[in-house]
Amino acid sequence: MDHAPASPEIAHTHVAFEDGIALECGVVLKRLVVAYRTYGRLNADRSNAILICHALTSDQYVAETHPLTGRPGWWETVVGPRLPVDTDRFFVICANVLGGCMGSTGPKDPRDTDTVESWGIDFPPITIRDMVHAQKRLIDHLGIGRLFAVVGGSMGGMQVLEWAATFPASVFAAVPIASAAYHSAQNIAFNEVGRQAIFGDPDWFEGRYQAHGVIPARGLAVARMVAHITYLSEQALTRKFGRRLRGGQTLSLFGDRFEVESYLQHQGSSFVLRFDANSYLTITRAMDYFDLAADHEGNLSRAFAGTPTRFCIISFSSDWLFPTADSRAIARALNRAAANVSFVEIASDKGHDAFLLDEPDFHRTLAGFLAGCAEHAGLAA
Amino acid sequence: MNGAVDPVRMVAKNMRLDLRLISEMVTPRARVLDIGCGDGALIGHLFRTRGCDARGIEIDMAEVTRAVAHGLPVMHGDADSDLSQYPDAAFDFVVLSRTLQAVERPREVLRQMLRIGEHAILSFPNFGHWQVRWQLLANGRMPMTGVWDRPWHETPNIHPCTIRDFFVLCAEEGYAVEQWLAVDEAGQKAPWRRSATLANLFGEQALFQLRKKAA
Repeated sequence: MDHAPASPEIAHTHVAFEDGIALECGVVLKRLVVAYRTYGRLNADRSNAILICHALTSDQYVAETHPLTGRPGWWETVVGPRLPVDTDRFFVICANVLGGCMGSTGPKDPRDTDTVESWGIDFPPITIRDMVHAQKRLIDHLGIGRLFAVVGGSMGGMQVLEWAATFPASVFAAVPIASAAYHSAQNIAFNEVGRQAIFGDPDWFEGRYQAHGVIPARGLAVARMVAHITYLSEQALTRKFGRRLRGGQTLSLFGDRFEVESYLQHQGSSFVLRFDANSYLTITRAMDYFDLAADHEGNLSRAFAGTPTRFCIISFSSDWLFPTADSRAIARALNRAAANVSFVEIASDKGHDAFLLDEPDFHRTLAGFLAGCAEHAGLAA
Repeated sequence: MNGAVDPVRMVAKNMRLDLRLISEMVTPRARVLDIGCGDGALIGHLFRTRGCDARGIEIDMAEVTRAVAHGLPVMHGDADSDLSQYPDAAFDFVVLSRTLQAVERPREVLRQMLRIGEHAILSFPNFGHWQVRWQLLANGRMPMTGVWDRPWHETPNIHPCTIRDFFVLCAEEGYAVEQWLAVDEAGQKAPWRRSATLANLFGEQALFQLRKKAA
């Protein structure tokens, strides 16, 4: 039995909206909390704000040591002083997504304002659009009428697209990275394997594991391990591990193991210490539901009709989870809407994870695009 | 790269001659699509000097990356397959410089250019130049000149044409030639403006501005 980790109560920076939020599924959450972090300074006319949208298992701790894991922020190579998203120049905001487990309203929270019992498995289904609506509340709260840019990779890129489609006047520039306008059958399939692993854990207790003081750690770890394989490329795995054994030269059935195995096990076991299984289910479902074209009569270009936003679509050559073809489809839909679009595939052998890693061409592209947009927006250098 | 962000660069200084001549044909503040834009020299120039909303398509990913990294709106794509994605009349000018001879279906590309743009501006190397003719006549081998500088088995130029060929194509397709001129590689506008025959013999490159004839 895996006991729930004694998670220290972290006071996440947040804003609470006591009037709640109406979700796409029809449920109204009576109270909405959005946990967020900011970097840099908002300028006098509030025109230099960049919203970063995080991926499935990231959070708002973009460019600072994570308070729970003690590890560096997930995009410290991209966001910071004199980095591509330059915090000397821009005011950077990142919010934990709705349904997450790092301070924003999610399944771990009490289901009502007058009870302490948490939502758990009963947390209503969330969509990418719901996440964006929650972020919009934060942006309004911060007094920002128009974001200079919205930037995000993977599921963050889905939010970027949703932002541009839903609030075109509020987004000067949009950068969806390693993303897609809908979740493919293959991606849904991988998510389902992860979910089934969680459901099969004896500590799952039909989603009410919190009441039993345990977590479905093995299931969640397996979900993470499967997902992690999809984030890497075959070349990246080979380069990192090859067929090397951990320990001796011989292979026994369950003793010595391949290095790639222990790496994945480590990924799985450290993940369960920071992530809630019900959040994982909620957010993977939100990705699966995402189909921006379906919300616009099946025509993606209609989502962007007349858009004033400048787009930069970026993909990575070895990403097989969100392949370049998905990004090209977005770029073409934007062409059909006569939108201003840049589209680059970065040569990389690091797979989907490349957007989180040191990829100089990617960083140059992002920095250059933002600098060009700043010139068009009339932002002071 | 660790943090060093390239400033947006002025790219016009070493601009190729045909690009300079093309930019003079474009009206200020126009919407422009440059097909095969390379590192985006022309669109950068059109934005900064003419206030144009200029965008580019380029097939070479390294060039695309360079262009976007300089803040220019360029997308990876190809003249043969991506033009059909744009709506009708999305641009005032659609530019194809030194690329027509390298596309799979030049006729279709021209049609697309004049569907998505009001004017098409094209430059291409003239295969009717006297040196080309002379080399083929005298040596019996594929010509190699300053402009046609790759051997036949290496060249991406699969559809070379002469200035007269191009006039014939425009007539067949019902395109009005709004302006045209021939230039030599050294950068001088050639003085054969009145005579297509002389231009076809002495012009190393040709530059055309077209529009569809009113139906």
